[in-house]
Amino acid sequence: MTIKIPYYPGCTLKTTAKNFEDTAKLVAGVFDYEFDELYRWNCCGAVYGLSEDNVMHKVAPVRNMLRVKEVGEKRMLVLCSMCFNTLKRANYYVRRNKDKLEVINAIMYLENTTYDGSVEVVHLLELLRDEIGFDRIKKAVKKPLRGITVAAYYGCLLLRPSEIAIDSVEQPTVMEDLVEALGGKVIDLNVKTECCGSYQTVKRKDIVADRTNFIIGEARKQGADMLITSCPLCHFNLDRRQKEAKKRHPDFKEMPILYFTQLMALAFGFEEDKLGFEPHYVDPRPLLKERGLL
Amino acid sequence: MGVLKLTKEKFRKVDLINRISGQNVYDCYQCGRCTSGCPSADEMDIVPSQTMRFLQIGEVDKVVESNTPWVCLTCLICSVRCPKGIDIAAIMEALRLVKLRTNYDFIHPNKIPEEDLEELPPIALVAAFRKMTP
Repeated sequence: MTIKIPYYPGCTLKTTAKNFEDTAKLVAGVFDYEFDELYRWNCCGAVYGLSEDNVMHKVAPVRNMLRVKEVGEKRMLVLCSMCFNTLKRANYYVRRNKDKLEVINAIMYLENTTYDGSVEVVHLLELLRDEIGFDRIKKAVKKPLRGITVAAYYGCLLLRPSEIAIDSVEQPTVMEDLVEALGGKVIDLNVKTECCGSYQTVKRKDIVADRTNFIIGEARKQGADMLITSCPLCHFNLDRRQKEAKKRHPDFKEMPILYFTQLMALAFGFEEDKLGFEPHYVDPRPLLKERGLL
Repeated sequence: MGVLKLTKEKFRKVDLINRISGQNVYDCYQCGRCTSGCPSADEMDIVPSQTMRFLQIGEVDKVVESNTPWVCLTCLICSVRCPKGIDIAAIMEALRLVKLRTNYDFIHPNKIPEEDLEELPPIALVAAFRKMTP
């Protein structure tokens, strides 16, 4: 039986990370999950407001929780790491600060319902690990990922702060376990929880290019051929900023960056045109063809 | 050992940072773990642990006028590793906010080159505007 799960996409999964959404839907479909996109979802704000004296930045994420309540559901599936962090932190905050929740509800007075903190924010990686399970994932593999070595990169927002982390804050393993279930070889990347440079990519490309050079350089040193992530901003920075990294560091070598769902779709035997490799700056296809995976 | 005495004006500024961030800068005992993990420390005029010390002695203007809060990545490594549980990233946010709340723009949307706007993902722009514009 198909399980419908309320789904919050966020702005970037509808634009530059469309390939992330498409492949996520494909792999969820393998396990009979269907993404039920929330009606009238709004931008979460991308970053969580850290100020203690202003609740305005928490209104947008909390408003999305109402959309889940309106359809009579209890949880919300998120793919983007930034949305996940913003939504889950805002949710955690209003659960612990009932007075602030009252203020936020008062701001949203035009809504038909009020929020009570009852919605759970779930990341796709949690769903894969806790509900679907790696055993079922293993059984669904049609094309084991032999011949490639993968580095799993988490970045910041799935893990910090610890209250909302999907795994160990300093030593996460969920993506490594996933790659192993797909039959691939995975390294224990030493910089897997380090920041890619985040929103500095707008004004300080140089910082991000240096971070990209560092993270990919470390992955390369440890023997990785490619790197996987779940964050559209990490993906952009690590993929697109390789251009700047090459300019700043002449010995830099390019590396394909994939969403973990693209790797899953590949292992589940989906055709090349379904994998969404076209928008990548560093095309993963030559490597995958060379290793006999495409 | 001398006793640290702040002028009323300096005390007010420190208090504002504490109130905006919800933290207490006097919790810091200068172990330096925030700085050792900070991926942006090399770029900073004043590294995170020094920032904490400057705030404790009331030198708020000095850190507000430095590049430190603007090259912070809000990656939260400092906050999760602080043995005293200080959310240092929230203090960086407070340092940005005291400027931003005077209607200060650190980035100008109309000065971003067009080719960048075409390729940047929406989350990069939304996040940068949230952190660096009023």
